[in-house]
Amino acid sequence: MLFTLILFRVLLSALTKYPVSRKGRKTRKTKLPLHKHTPSGKRGDDIRPKPPLHVTCSTWLLPESCEADVNTSENIMSLKKALSAASPLTLRIVAECPVTKARACDLILPHSAVSTPVFMPVGTQGTMKGITVDQLEGLGCQICLGNTYHLGMRPGPDLIEKANGLHGFMNWKRNLLTDSGGFQMVSLVKLSEVTEEGVKFKSPYDGKEILLSPEKSIDIQNSLGSDIMMQLDDVISSTLKGPRVEEAMHRSIRWLDRCIAANKNPDKQNLFAIIQGGLNVELRKACLDEMTQRDVPGFAIGGLSGGEEKNDFWRMVTLSTDHLPREKPRYLMGVGYPVDLVVCVALGCDMFDCVFPTRTARFGSALVPWGSLQIKHNQYAKDFQPIDPDCQCPTCFRHSRAYLHALFKSDTAATHHVTIHNIAYQLTLMLSVRRSIVEGRFPEFIQTFMKRMFPSRDQYPGWAVDALASVNVTLE
Amino acid sequence: MKLQLSCVVQGRSRLGVLKGLGRTGQHSLEVPGCLLHTQLGTVPHLTQDTLHTMSNLPSVSQVTLSHIAEHQEALEEFKDGFRKFAGLHDTVLYCSLHDPATPCPTGHTTSKTVSVWGSGGRIELTVAKFMALQKTVQPDWYQSMADGETWPKNTSRKRVRKSVDRSLAHLDECLLVHHKSQELESVEVFGVVEGGDILEERLRSARETAKRPVAGFCLDGLQTGCMDQALRTQLITAVTTELPEDKPRLLQGVGRPDEVLACVEAGVDLFESFFPFQVTERGCALSFSFHISPELAVPALDEERDTAGEALQNGDLSLDDQTQMTSFEINLKDERYRDDFRPVVEGCGCYCCKNHQRAYLHHLLVTNEMLAGVLLMIHNTTHYHAFFGALREALANDEMDLLKRRVLGERKD
Repeated sequence: MLFTLILFRVLLSALTKYPVSRKGRKTRKTKLPLHKHTPSGKRGDDIRPKPPLHVTCSTWLLPESCEADVNTSENIMSLKKALSAASPLTLRIVAECPVTKARACDLILPHSAVSTPVFMPVGTQGTMKGITVDQLEGLGCQICLGNTYHLGMRPGPDLIEKANGLHGFMNWKRNLLTDSGGFQMVSLVKLSEVTEEGVKFKSPYDGKEILLSPEKSIDIQNSLGSDIMMQLDDVISSTLKGPRVEEAMHRSIRWLDRCIAANKNPDKQNLFAIIQGGLNVELRKACLDEMTQRDVPGFAIGGLSGGEEKNDFWRMVTLSTDHLPREKPRYLMGVGYPVDLVVCVALGCDMFDCVFPTRTARFGSALVPWGSLQIKHNQYAKDFQPIDPDCQCPTCFRHSRAYLHALFKSDTAATHHVTIHNIAYQLTLMLSVRRSIVEGRFPEFIQTFMKRMFPSRDQYPGWAVDALASVNVTLE
Repeated sequence: MKLQLSCVVQGRSRLGVLKGLGRTGQHSLEVPGCLLHTQLGTVPHLTQDTLHTMSNLPSVSQVTLSHIAEHQEALEEFKDGFRKFAGLHDTVLYCSLHDPATPCPTGHTTSKTVSVWGSGGRIELTVAKFMALQKTVQPDWYQSMADGETWPKNTSRKRVRKSVDRSLAHLDECLLVHHKSQELESVEVFGVVEGGDILEERLRSARETAKRPVAGFCLDGLQTGCMDQALRTQLITAVTTELPEDKPRLLQGVGRPDEVLACVEAGVDLFESFFPFQVTERGCALSFSFHISPELAVPALDEERDTAGEALQNGDLSLDDQTQMTSFEINLKDERYRDDFRPVVEGCGCYCCKNHQRAYLHHLLVTNEMLAGVLLMIHNTTHYHAFFGALREALANDEMDLLKRRVLGERKD
C-alpha cells in the first residue's frame, strides 16, 4: 500500500514537473519524518523555485467557470492531484476492523500527529470553555475546533493573523480545525440569504451587511492558520426535501472548487470537502462522485446531525463512507453523543466534533459509561464517590459528586471540573475504541459498551441495532 | 499557633512568622501576610490544576460559613471535615463568618443570632448551630461568632455598644462549647473586636476580648466602604495598643494595596485576599508596581495612568462602591488592548503572563468567555501575593517609605 502511494506520488511529480518533496518548513519542523515519503535524492537538493500556486490557480478556477472546468481539463486534474499530494497531511492506516468498517489511523498534521478515531472538542471563540490550553493538552487532546464565524467577527482575521494565527492567539501548540462559518450563518443569523455568490447576512454586532463567499471563508481561515480548513458549503436544514436540496448539493460542489482555488496556503493548511445531498441517496451519491474527483486531503460528511431521523442519518453516513477513498480521513460533522460515536466509527468515520460534552457540562451533566449524572440534582448532595470511580481525570481524582454538587451553588469552577471530566470521557472513549480496533476486538468492545450504556437490550435504540447489523455486528 | 516577631518597625509595623499552624503544627505563615480567599474551598474560577500553576501560595485557606452553612447536612454525613470534603490537602483551614467579597444585608441580627446568606438565602445561626457547624467543618482555626452590623454609616452609639456586648457574649458561649468539645481540641479561636467608629467602644471591645483565651483577633467593622482610611488608621492604632504583642491581628474586609500599607503601619498582621477576586470580577488586571529596586520597576504602565486617573478622579469617595475600578489595575476590556500583544504585566511570572497576551484577554472579556476569569484570577492572585512579599521585604530592609512611594506614587492626591 505504502509502496503504491510512493509510486503514485513520484509519477505525479514527474507528470506535473512539480516536486512532491518539499523542504522542511518552519511549521513542520517537529513533525515525524517517518511518515513523509520522500523520493530519494529529492530532499535537500531541490533548488527549483516553487511555482506560484495561487497565481496559477486563480487563472484556472474563476468562480464563474468552475462548473464547466471540473472534468474537462486533464492538466487541471493532475495539477490538483499534485497539490493534494503535497498537502500537509498524511494518513497511515494502523489497523482495520475485519468485521466492521472501523479503522484506526495515524493522521499526521502540521502541528502534531492525531490518533484516530478522534473526538475533537469545540473551542468556539478561541478558548475551550474555561479550560486552559495546558489543561486541554494534559487531557491528551491533539486537535480541537475553532469557529470561523465567531472568530471572523471577533476579534477578526486581521488581528488573529497579527498574533501568528489562531495557534499564536490562543497559544495552542497542537492542531486546529476551523469550520467555514456557513453553518453558524444559517443557524444563528436569521437574516441570511444564500446566492451563488455566497451567504449574505447582517452582522449581529453592527448591522452591516456582510457577504461570506467561499473565497472570503478561505481567506479568513487562511488568516486563522488552522491545520484543517473546511470548505464553505450551502447548508440547509437536514430535514428539508425537494429541489433546494439538489441545488445546495450542486452549489456546494461549485463552492468547493472556488475554495480550493482560494486557498493561499495549500502547503500548510488542509482543505476538506463536505459531502452534501441531504437525506437523498441519489444526491449523496452524485455529490460523492463529484467531490471525490477533487483530490482534497480529506472529506467531511455534512448536512446531518440536524434533527433528522436517526434511521436516515446512519444510512447517509454508511453510504458516504462506502464511496469515500480509503486513504483519506473521513470527518463526520457535529456528532458527539457517545453511542453515535461508537456506531459511526463502526460505519467507517475517523473524526468527530460536537459541542455536546462541553455544553452539557455547563448544565451540570457529567458523562459516564452508563449515561450521565445530573450533578445539580439533590440526590448527589451526599454522594461522596467521584463522578466515575473508574475515571482517571483530574476531577474524579480529587473531587466527589457531593462537593461538585455543592460547588455548583458557589463558583464557576464547578463547571470547569465537569467540562474537564466530560472532555476526558470523550477522549478516553475514543482511545478505548482505537485500542480495540488495533487489537482486533472492536466488535466485542461494541457489545460491552452497549451493555454498559443501556440497562437492558430492549432499550437499545433501533437505529443503532440496524446500523451495527449492517456492518455485521449483531447486538447480544 | 505562635507568632514570632522578628522586628517591629517604628513601634507598629510588625514583621514575623506565624508558626505552628495546622493540626500537626507543621505550617507557617509570614506576616504581614494574607490568607487565600476561597468560595467553598475553591479559589474562585480555579481548579486544583490552575491554582497550582502558582507557587508560594499562602499556607492558610479561608472558607466562610456563608458558603458552607447550607451544606451542613452533607458535611455531617461525610464526617471527615470540610478540608477532605473539598478535596483540599495540604492547607491550613480558617473558617470565618461572612464572605468579605459579598456584603451581606443588615437587619437580621438578634441578641442570640447572626445570619449568613448562602445561595439558598438566609441561614440564622445561634451559638449552638454555629458551634455544631465548626465541629463538622473541623477547621484549624475559626472566627468566633460576632455581631458586626455596625458598618452602615450613622450606626447609633447604642447599636455599636450592643454589638460589642453581643460579640463578647457570643465569644464566651463559643469558648464554653469549644472547651467541652473533644473534636475541637487543637483548634484555635480568634476573638472579634467590634466597636464601629467609636473609639471608646473599640477600646472596650479590644480589652475585653484580650482577656479571653483566644489565639488572635479579628478586627471587624472597619471594612472598605464604611469609613475613610484616616479614621480606620486611628481606630486600629488605638485598638492594637490594647492587644497583646504576641497574638496575630487579622483585619477583615480591607484589601486595597494603599489601605493595606496604611493598616500594616497601624499594626495589622493579616488580611483576607478577596481584593484580587473583586478585580477579576470587573474584568481588570492588577498592574501596580511594587518593586523597589529600580531595574525591576515597571515603567511600562505609564501610558495606562490615564485610565487609572479617571478612576481616581473621585478620590477616596469612590470607596463606597467596591465594584469600581481602582488605580491599581487596568481594564482589559478597554478597546486599547484589542491589539496589544504584550503580557498583562511585563516580567510577571504567572501562568497568564507567561502564556497569554493582553489582546487575548481582551477578546475573552468582550466575548464573555469563562477563561477570562480563570486567567485574570491567576494573574491577580499572583500579583497580590507578590505585593505582600515585597511589603515584608521592605519592612525587613527598612524601606517602607520607598515601597509606599512606589505603590502610591502614581496617586497624586
